[in-house]
Amino acid sequence: MNGETVTTIGSLTVAVQEAERARWKPRLGIRRVKGQVFFVLTFLSVMIAIGALAILLTSVWQDGIKTLTLDFIVNFPSRFAAKAGIKSALYGSAYIAFFTALVAIPVGVGAAVYLEEFATDTRLRRVIDINIANLAGVPSIVYGMLGLAVFVRFFALDRSIMAGALTMAVLILPIIIVAAREALKAVPNSIRLAAYGLGATRWQTIRAHVLPSALPGIMTGIILSMSRAAGETAPLIMIGALSYVAFVPEGPMDSFTVLPIQIFNWASRPQDEFHEIAASGILVLLVVLLTTNALAIFIRYRAQRKARW
Amino acid sequence: MLETTTRIKIAKAEESIVKKLMMVCAGFSIAVTAGIVAVLAEETIQFFREVPLSEFFASTEWAPLFEPRHFGVWPLICGTALIAIGAAVVGIPAGLGSAIFLNDYAPSWLRNALKPVLEILAGIPTVVYGYFAVTTITPFLQKILPSTDVFNAASAGIVVGIMVLPMVASLCDDALRAVPRSLREAGFALGATKFEVSAQIGVPAALSGIVASFILAISRAFGETMAVALAAGSTPKMALNPLESVQTLTGYIVQVSMGDTPAGTIEYKSIFAVGMLLFVITIFFNVLAYFLVKRFRSVYE
Repeated sequence: MNGETVTTIGSLTVAVQEAERARWKPRLGIRRVKGQVFFVLTFLSVMIAIGALAILLTSVWQDGIKTLTLDFIVNFPSRFAAKAGIKSALYGSAYIAFFTALVAIPVGVGAAVYLEEFATDTRLRRVIDINIANLAGVPSIVYGMLGLAVFVRFFALDRSIMAGALTMAVLILPIIIVAAREALKAVPNSIRLAAYGLGATRWQTIRAHVLPSALPGIMTGIILSMSRAAGETAPLIMIGALSYVAFVPEGPMDSFTVLPIQIFNWASRPQDEFHEIAASGILVLLVVLLTTNALAIFIRYRAQRKARW
Repeated sequence: MLETTTRIKIAKAEESIVKKLMMVCAGFSIAVTAGIVAVLAEETIQFFREVPLSEFFASTEWAPLFEPRHFGVWPLICGTALIAIGAAVVGIPAGLGSAIFLNDYAPSWLRNALKPVLEILAGIPTVVYGYFAVTTITPFLQKILPSTDVFNAASAGIVVGIMVLPMVASLCDDALRAVPRSLREAGFALGATKFEVSAQIGVPAALSGIVASFILAISRAFGETMAVALAAGSTPKMALNPLESVQTLTGYIVQVSMGDTPAGTIEYKSIFAVGMLLFVITIFFNVLAYFLVKRFRSVYE
């Protein structure tokens, strides 16, 4: 070949090599910048969460702290914001919590024990699993409608504490079942096998070994689901919990109100004074929730420290 | 002391009784689902005896409580969707971003400090968020966009977004943690930056869980009641403007329940029809998310 072609080919090869090198350049500069931008974005996301919580809590505190007096806690609701209080709501919430726990805990733990310890992996059990997962995602107001039709009308319990408690029990049942199952799963199988090896029946091992080991986890789950129930409003509105209750309920068949409904009632009024006492009610509710959640965390912590495996 | 054989007999009898009792408890969960479906279906069927399906699904006017009555459900769906979109815009990116931050960028002490913050956000009752929307967010919106109504969809959407943020963050965090370290370390070994490992390796690997969390967040936003009842208003309309007052499916149910509605009236039946629609929509979303995780979850090792 003549000299010109060789140089052309030579410069083409060099050009190709240059292009290749450019393609594989580390370009670390722009990549680092992209990374920094991304970091800032994710950091902002976390800031949004923290900021929202901070603004919410300070706003509620500022609005509600002045009206959070002893009178507020022991008074009944009234047309006058200055005289209104949450006494009936607190009693109602306590009654509901008690009866809900009475129903939901045995049924939930029983179901969890059955599903985890007794049942074999059949199709029926898988159906129940999916079913419970679905129930956990159903909006709470649908449970309210169930409660209205079944407990209030069909069982003729009317708008009583019993109807409300049964509705709430059905609502938190999936949560308790899931939490209890997790706690039971965490118990090492060797314990069960050791008991069987010594001749114990299934129930004997569960009662004497598995349940006690899983108890902290189960209790944590129960406490968390109860605190969820304490904040629920929609189902109880559906079954007819009143929003102006000027008496203390005396038995499970009385009508009632609960703290979240009282808060809702006051918050939906346009006057500022009612917003203030709504905020006070929120503070009380948050304190109750904070205490129960702290209790759950404490139990979990103690259990983790004691666990020897 | 009883003889051994007697004790064994007692133990076996005990066992079979207890087992049956607990089986009943477990079966109770199926009874609940059956109950929900039966209750909703019964009243819905009654409802559709008086209101034709075509009007429910084709008409765009919802005025069931006063004459002339209209039963087109689209305004309620529109209101609910508007708020769900608002919640998605606020909660989903922030939730995913938080999960990525907690997982890939935060040192473990910071992560341990921030996780309780998210749990607290998740544990705050929805009435409190409703109160927050009415007393803080709506006035703020009215300051920067004066055409905002007292009740508006944007305020409710923002607050529901804050509500679903912890849920998205927690689920995405679980999904991201499930990605094996070996994948990330391989990326680093090949010279990828932290951002590239996180966004081009971590997120795609956890994608099924992440998308499932988005769907569950939307499902939750659809079913949200109290915050929208306080903040969004009760005017059902086919509104696309989030600064206006709307009504959601749940808001309508609450509105009717708070009033005096005797059983058997068309208003009473209408809340069950709306409830059935809500139930079907949320079940659809939840099942979709469940199968997404089951089918498309990338299995490592």
